[in-house]
Amino acid sequence: MLKLIPDSRTSQVLGSFILLAILLFITGDISITTATPGAEFQRMLAGLLHPQWPPFDALTQVLLQTISYALLGVAIAAIGGFILSLFFHCRLIRIVCASVRAVHELFWGLLLIQLFGLQPLAGILAIAIPYTGILAKIYAEIKQEIQQRKKLYLPTHSSYLSQFFYADWPQIKTDFASYTLYRFECGLRSGTILGFIGLPTLGFQLETSFMQGHYAEVAGLLLIFYGLIATVHWWGQFKFWPIYLVLALIYLWPNIIFTGNNLEWLLHQLIPLPLSTAEVNFYSWFKPILTEQLLPGLWQTLVTGHIALVLSAALALILYPLLSHHFGNPVTRWGGHISLVVMRSTPELILGFAFLLLWGPSLLPAIAALAIHNGAIIAHLTGRHSNHIVLRPDAPSGINSYSYEITPRLFNQFLVFTFYRWEVIMRESALLGILGLHTLGFFIDSAFESFRLDVAIILIIAGAMLNIAVDSAGRLLRQYLQLPGHLVISNNR
Amino acid sequence: MTRLILILCITLFVTPTVSARTFVFTAIPDNDETRLIQRFGKIATYLSDTLNIKVKYIPVKSYPAAVTAFRHNQVQLAWFGGLTGVQARRLTPGAQAIAQGQEDPKFKSYFIAHISTGLQLADDLPQAFYGKTMLFGSKSSTSGRLMPEFYLRKQLQNTPGEIFSRVGFSGNHSRTIALVQSGAYQLGAVNYQVWEQELADGKIDTSKVAIIWTTPDYPDYHWTVRGDIDAVWGDGFAAKLQQALFDINDPELLAAFPRSGFIPASNTDYDVIESSAKNIGLLD
Repeated sequence: MLKLIPDSRTSQVLGSFILLAILLFITGDISITTATPGAEFQRMLAGLLHPQWPPFDALTQVLLQTISYALLGVAIAAIGGFILSLFFHCRLIRIVCASVRAVHELFWGLLLIQLFGLQPLAGILAIAIPYTGILAKIYAEIKQEIQQRKKLYLPTHSSYLSQFFYADWPQIKTDFASYTLYRFECGLRSGTILGFIGLPTLGFQLETSFMQGHYAEVAGLLLIFYGLIATVHWWGQFKFWPIYLVLALIYLWPNIIFTGNNLEWLLHQLIPLPLSTAEVNFYSWFKPILTEQLLPGLWQTLVTGHIALVLSAALALILYPLLSHHFGNPVTRWGGHISLVVMRSTPELILGFAFLLLWGPSLLPAIAALAIHNGAIIAHLTGRHSNHIVLRPDAPSGINSYSYEITPRLFNQFLVFTFYRWEVIMRESALLGILGLHTLGFFIDSAFESFRLDVAIILIIAGAMLNIAVDSAGRLLRQYLQLPGHLVISNNR
Repeated sequence: MTRLILILCITLFVTPTVSARTFVFTAIPDNDETRLIQRFGKIATYLSDTLNIKVKYIPVKSYPAAVTAFRHNQVQLAWFGGLTGVQARRLTPGAQAIAQGQEDPKFKSYFIAHISTGLQLADDLPQAFYGKTMLFGSKSSTSGRLMPEFYLRKQLQNTPGEIFSRVGFSGNHSRTIALVQSGAYQLGAVNYQVWEQELADGKIDTSKVAIIWTTPDYPDYHWTVRGDIDAVWGDGFAAKLQQALFDINDPELLAAFPRSGFIPASNTDYDVIESSAKNIGLLD
């Protein structure tokens, strides 16, 4: 069972990751503070088992809002991302893309609501902006992968654009399409959780039901959400998009307002107070922000993210056999597939919210939510990867196969998936502060509540820098461990 | 197949849109949404009948969302708390406080405690607060955060972070009561009106949670309108609206609030709120 770890570098790195996680778990703010978590759990379970739905009218509205935001947001991001990916060799473009995607769409939402008010434009752009950064990067990676694979013979003087459209495009368009569709699925998730900050999407209803303890309605809404995600490959095909986009635009148009002088107002609000008001001293203004918000927020984000990363990985190792053809039978695999879909489709904000109600405030709800969501994603990727492994006829089976054959053979790929997820986990761990745990999101939300946008932007930028740092650390670690560099992108769902 | 989807989409998307000239208002979500919709739905009907215009209430998710909607003219009128009203008027030049409930000039908060703390109703905030867990309402609630924190700092000479082992924000008063009652937090600060209402509704189990301190009086909830409504809705509209609010005498409508009537208010009534907020660092 212990021959999991292939070489000493890997065992050093993993050993220290695990040790650090245990240390942080013991010293960190982790506890169950509710007096009777069992009672709330029973009410939750009773509700979940008897789903109810809000009135058809209200339900249609929130669904249409959610889908429209996702459609328009992802469409804009696909165009923007495509254009930017053509210039991805330029360092500045890469930096811009890395910066916009390092900020979670909910923080973009909070910022854009200040600019546009509570209207569709804020929601659409909150999805479009970070997704542009993500898609530009992925498109560029796909392109690079293809270009390395095959060189077509074109006249030497053919322009960059004709090289691209005649040689590369036919080969990469299916990968582009498949990844963009995956992003659309993510967009539906993002659109949903934008409701938590006040836009009229599915999350708005979800939060209302949660807050009032109407768990039956929570269950009903979640079932609809799973249905939406599970069938996206059927109704979300690109051939329908032109119609969808026009309809989405028609649907949202009456509520879209392009307001004039607000950008100026916003920019003025973003200037740090001491620079716009002479009587405030910069040091006395910045010091409490640094010591009471920024540093504690960053620390709690790191603690949450790190423990969640290790737990996600552990969970993924336990769960991946549920999907793998090497274990179980069709029935267990089907059950495993369904449970993993539910685990990874439920937005971590919603999981966190539920755990918070159950266990009370500490870092624990955030850690559990992140571990379940991300663990299921890594398990899914790993499980699918395991299906490529071909076994000898006399290979062991069951637990022996798991411990000595399959897991060791896919361990490197599993690490790649995990380290790719590291950055995402950190971004989400910052975000979950919105629920009241003291990660960066808590302080960002507080700054927005008191309309101190100058403070909010400083905290958001700090969070983005943390993300970029974690992203680079992940890349360095992958190099240090000599892991396969590329992630099979079309596999990434 | 394609056609089916198309037809489905068209029927779904063609939904009636709200006319451009609907007068829209909102309120800070200080209570369960069901109750808010019930309360403000009645107000919308009343205003609509009285002023002969279309009036609509839109619910919002958070206190700052109400302020932001007001600033962006997505609502023209709002039922704010003391602090959110001050925030909204600082961000929206020309906005005016026009009416408040009869009870609102002398509003107060209750500090409540779970029975396991052993704390009892007292004249002063006890030293026993140290090390306990404390739950406020929304971060920008006047009765659930600002004034309780103001008096807490004044009496115990320390910040909540220094006094309590954990400080949380529930989002609204109903939730604060529920969470302290369940023991998730040991102490809480709530709007006295919400407490009294939930007590009358039988939602509070007094064998689990009790009032342990009452704050001094301060001004709180009020109606605020944008400064530009006369320009859009005709001269004297703000005055008509104000009169309509004063004229509310339907007992059912007032009970939904719950207020016994509405009286004039002005921006300067909330100077004390502004200075308290500056005092504890909630405003610059």
